[in-house]
Amino acid sequence: MTETPSHPEDPSEGGPTGASEGTEGGAGNRGGGKGPRKGGRGPAGRAGAGRQAAYVVDAPLTTPSPSPGLVEVFRHRYLLRLLVRREIQARYSGSFLGLLWSYINPLSQFLIYYVVFGIIMGRNSVEAYAVHVFCGLVVVHFFTETFNAGTRSIVRNKALVRKMAVPKEMFPVASMLVSLYHVLPQVVILVVVCLFYGWTPDPLVPVALLLALAIVTCLATALAIVFSAANVFFRDFSSVVSILTNVVRFGVPMIYPFRDVASKLGDTLAAVYLWNPIADAVLLVQRAFWVGATPDPEASAATELPDHLWAYGGVMLVVSAVSLVLAQLIFRRLENKIPERLT
Amino acid sequence: MSFPESTSIVVENVSKEFTLRYQRTFKQVTVAKMRGEATKSRFKALDDVSFTVEQGESIGLMGLNGSGKSTLLTLINGVMRPDGGRVLTRGRIAGLIATGAGFHPQLTGRENIYLNAAVCGMTEKETDAKFDEIVDFASIGKHLDSQVGNYSSGMYARLGFAVAVNVDCDIFLADEALAVGDKPFKRKCLDKMQEIRDSGRTIFYVSHAAGSVRKMCDRVLVLENGRLGFDGPVDEGIHYVKYDSDDEDNDDDELGADV
Repeated sequence: MTETPSHPEDPSEGGPTGASEGTEGGAGNRGGGKGPRKGGRGPAGRAGAGRQAAYVVDAPLTTPSPSPGLVEVFRHRYLLRLLVRREIQARYSGSFLGLLWSYINPLSQFLIYYVVFGIIMGRNSVEAYAVHVFCGLVVVHFFTETFNAGTRSIVRNKALVRKMAVPKEMFPVASMLVSLYHVLPQVVILVVVCLFYGWTPDPLVPVALLLALAIVTCLATALAIVFSAANVFFRDFSSVVSILTNVVRFGVPMIYPFRDVASKLGDTLAAVYLWNPIADAVLLVQRAFWVGATPDPEASAATELPDHLWAYGGVMLVVSAVSLVLAQLIFRRLENKIPERLT
Repeated sequence: MSFPESTSIVVENVSKEFTLRYQRTFKQVTVAKMRGEATKSRFKALDDVSFTVEQGESIGLMGLNGSGKSTLLTLINGVMRPDGGRVLTRGRIAGLIATGAGFHPQLTGRENIYLNAAVCGMTEKETDAKFDEIVDFASIGKHLDSQVGNYSSGMYARLGFAVAVNVDCDIFLADEALAVGDKPFKRKCLDKMQEIRDSGRTIFYVSHAAGSVRKMCDRVLVLENGRLGFDGPVDEGIHYVKYDSDDEDNDDDELGADV
């Protein structure tokens, strides 16, 4: 059989290959992450004698295990992109409407809340109640999807984890990106619905939305990383996660307005309540969309939103970022035993 | 300790211990603790193994089942880290230990090739360049754009194999993987392996088949209960594991014995 030789005879070949590897992170874990190789992948002088020891590998002698940490994950962004695409494609494969479902699902949920709570139960105490709920749903869905799927991600990809030396944080991060991908259609629907309610966007809308998403991204990824490792050792953790996500659903001002929290729990407990990053993220999204959809935005902002919402948001972003760092430290302690415990 | 430029793999006083768990649920653990029984025990899969491999050597790793061959391979591959000692490698590692790992049954053959190649550490550009060769090697023809879930098991295995052997690597690991496919495909695989060897890449070949080890390798390591029992020339190594009574009829039989 005649395969073309994978390396041309010219020993000077290999420069471009080496350079692209370093940047794309393809062989990053093998090369030890010490920057791009300086070429010289080709076998020098292979002609003639067939096998010679002249094949020079211009890479450092390092440990074959990938270095841990999220930085390593983003060095492998090409693989990460493919993993995310695989998840998304696989979810809609064999479906006729395909990606449209990611619009239909949130839209149907909005309509249910609109009909049941807005019309039948008539919760008139909260203006534009369906929008109020939907703002919460966007955040809560993103969080619970990341947390749930992320927790199961390493166990689900065990065929890969047990065979290949890829950074294992890759899988929870990929779950987060898949969930983030599905946030977009929900935001589109939220914008369209709000426009119907007479919402006029102000410059702080994108700031609030991005701050909220940043908080949830960091926190959910942190939790997903820790629980994905813990789930390898005891599958109980995926059950714990189901309970936690339920708590989150009711721990944020989504079904009830924040105003009730302040009036019924008192100011001290309301302040404690606001130490929940997800609650702040929900309030920020409500600040961006729901407040503007109410008949009197300024009055709503004054009565419905907590004081110092932006300060809380900023602090919670820091808290979430710190938790992401801690999560990596915990993960690093657990990850060594993951391949052997995955059965 | 420093090593010359030509060193490809260093395994230095490597040990790997596994924990065996007898009881896993809360109830079982409680009962066992009350009875004073052990709930876990440890077992040394590798015990103080040391050797170095020069670039371009092809090593046959032999030993009985359970002697630690696969554990050693996962340590060299970087999936696991040693508990003691250290493992160092130079360059990219690929091999027939993860054929088809990460294949998604709902994606097409084409999509899976890209995914699997990325898992093996290839960039998009490299995969583009190798794509035709991979498809050609797998010879799955018109099935390339249908879902991998519909492939026959042979086609599935061939596709995984085709990606693995076409990864541009410096160290090639093979773990008793030639058992896939029909006779012509096995023939093709052995040719490809020899081509990889002749190109000067380091080969680490795990096998029970004396014939193919003799054909492929120029040095044999033998593991015995996690310890390195033999390190030296091929014929002596095969004699050491007492596999030399095996007949060497033809390639197909040798490969068949790989199972």
